[in-house]
Amino acid sequence: MKYIIAIIKPFKLEEVREALGALGVQGITVTEVKGHGRQKGHTEFYRGAEYAVSFIPKVKIEVAVDSALTDRVVEAIQTAGQTGQIGDGKIFVLPLEAAVRVRTGETGSAAL
Amino acid sequence: MKLFQKLRLLPVGLPVGLALAALLPATPAFAAATVNKGDTAWMLIATALVILMTIPGLALFYGGLVRSKNILSVLMQVFICFCMVSLLWFAYGYSVAFTNGNAYFGGFSKAFLAGVNMNTLAATFSKETYLPELVYVIFQLTFAAITPALIVGAFAERMKFSAVLLFIFIWFTFAYLPMAHMVWWWAGPDAYTLSAENIDAVKAAVGETAAADFLAKLAAATDDAAKALVLADYGSAVNAFNGWLFNKGAIDFAGGSVVHINAGIAGLVCAIVLGKRIGYGKEAMAPHNLPMTMIGACLLWVGWFGFNAGSNLEANGLTALAFLNTILATAAATLAWTAGEKLTRGHASLLGAASGAVAGLVAITPACGWVGPMGAVVIGLAAGVVCLWAVVWLKAKLGYDDALDVFGVHGIGGILGALLTGVFVNTNWGGVGVTDYLTTDTSVKALEYVFSAQMYAQVVAVLTAVILSGVVSYIALMICKVTTGLRVDEQQEREGLDIGSHGERAYS
Repeated sequence: MKYIIAIIKPFKLEEVREALGALGVQGITVTEVKGHGRQKGHTEFYRGAEYAVSFIPKVKIEVAVDSALTDRVVEAIQTAGQTGQIGDGKIFVLPLEAAVRVRTGETGSAAL
Repeated sequence: MKLFQKLRLLPVGLPVGLALAALLPATPAFAAATVNKGDTAWMLIATALVILMTIPGLALFYGGLVRSKNILSVLMQVFICFCMVSLLWFAYGYSVAFTNGNAYFGGFSKAFLAGVNMNTLAATFSKETYLPELVYVIFQLTFAAITPALIVGAFAERMKFSAVLLFIFIWFTFAYLPMAHMVWWWAGPDAYTLSAENIDAVKAAVGETAAADFLAKLAAATDDAAKALVLADYGSAVNAFNGWLFNKGAIDFAGGSVVHINAGIAGLVCAIVLGKRIGYGKEAMAPHNLPMTMIGACLLWVGWFGFNAGSNLEANGLTALAFLNTILATAAATLAWTAGEKLTRGHASLLGAASGAVAGLVAITPACGWVGPMGAVVIGLAAGVVCLWAVVWLKAKLGYDDALDVFGVHGIGGILGALLTGVFVNTNWGGVGVTDYLTTDTSVKALEYVFSAQMYAQVVAVLTAVILSGVVSYIALMICKVTTGLRVDEQQEREGLDIGSHGERAYS
């Protein structure tokens, strides 16, 4: 099993969710986050004051998938989340040691 | 032009000394005095509109501009200011501003509204036209209440609540009330009609014995020259009780000097004496809720029709002109400010639009009933550009932390408006023309417009407001410093005044 974390542009969330659903990914966790990569921030003006905003709003999605599905999931996120502009985000893939469904106690891939 | 002629024909009046009005000292209504239900209804609505400017308008405008940890403190300061000044106005404010005293400070004869009741009358700018005095008391209360609340924006996010209250109490008493008296207190138009039929108004203006004396002299005068001499003497006797700036002939329709320059200078002094907020210039202090600021700005704009058009004290064509000018100047200032932002900063912002609107409203306040629509547009455009310059470049250059730009918008905008009023009142520039209230006549006379004389009067009014407000604000802050202390401690300031001063938070 793999644990996939992706940071994407907020307005791409719905497309990514649909793409993952089409692959049969059952669960997804979404968090609104702020941060920056190479895009860095932008500048805001309020009357005379100028503020450099370093952290840009992004959405972090987390999914746990069966190892066999990993490449297709990564590809789906990459395709659906892409605009081609700077700031499209990152996808990280981590090994996942165990998973348990709280309601039934199922473990492993059956719990996903 | 048509309006101007009409003004001269009808005994309609405008103030010479500044703006608004004044009332006769609790005169029993004499035969000719009339109270018009239309005027009364309009003035009660105008009064409610001015209250709308303060709570919620100004409170929300300021509330959106501060950081989320300080919004409740700003709302609270505006709200409590309104309540406190309302009671002070009842206790002694009205009396000190609007009764005979000397040229700078009124008396205490109407403290706790002594002698004011449902039947007493207040003068308007037209002869033989009155308002119920209570209407005038409330209308003026709303002006008194919003003015100290404007200053809140300058010391926002760092001043102790107890110091805010003490400061407002001192400043209201020694800066607002004298300015209101100097600018607005006069005997009323009927006081200038010296005749036996008008004996009540004459008595109220100069006293019983002097009234009999002047009437006897007038009866004894045989030729026109002798009569003119008596009338001139009588005029001076009436004027002796007027406010100092009213007699100077400075024009200010709705209170640019009393309200905006006065509050703007106080804001500057507060910002300098209190010092900068912790982290100013280093940490982000962006407004936390601009939609809230937008709502506040819109409520201010709508309420301002009561402030400006209501300042005519009657419901007529001139009221409509003031109303129209309040739209045109504000729209022009909003466009000018945002265009200036786009050209210099690359974006036209909503905050710029809201700030431009307030700058336009401030600048048109003294001018709204004196200038024509084209004058209003020019004043608005100038206000948008000049106030943008003041908050972006002047503030940065001088380095004070006027948190919400009370000085840049109200001080600079107010001074600009006061000076341009003297320019665009000129009938050759589409203005209404200057009215002479200070001479005895049966109707209100148009005064010959002399640019240098008018501008001199305007400059004197501006300087009076600047010096009086500056000195009183400084002394008031020094008193706060040794009694309550000025600023909250560093930890409280970092945590936010909502928790530190009021024990609650806006968002959880």
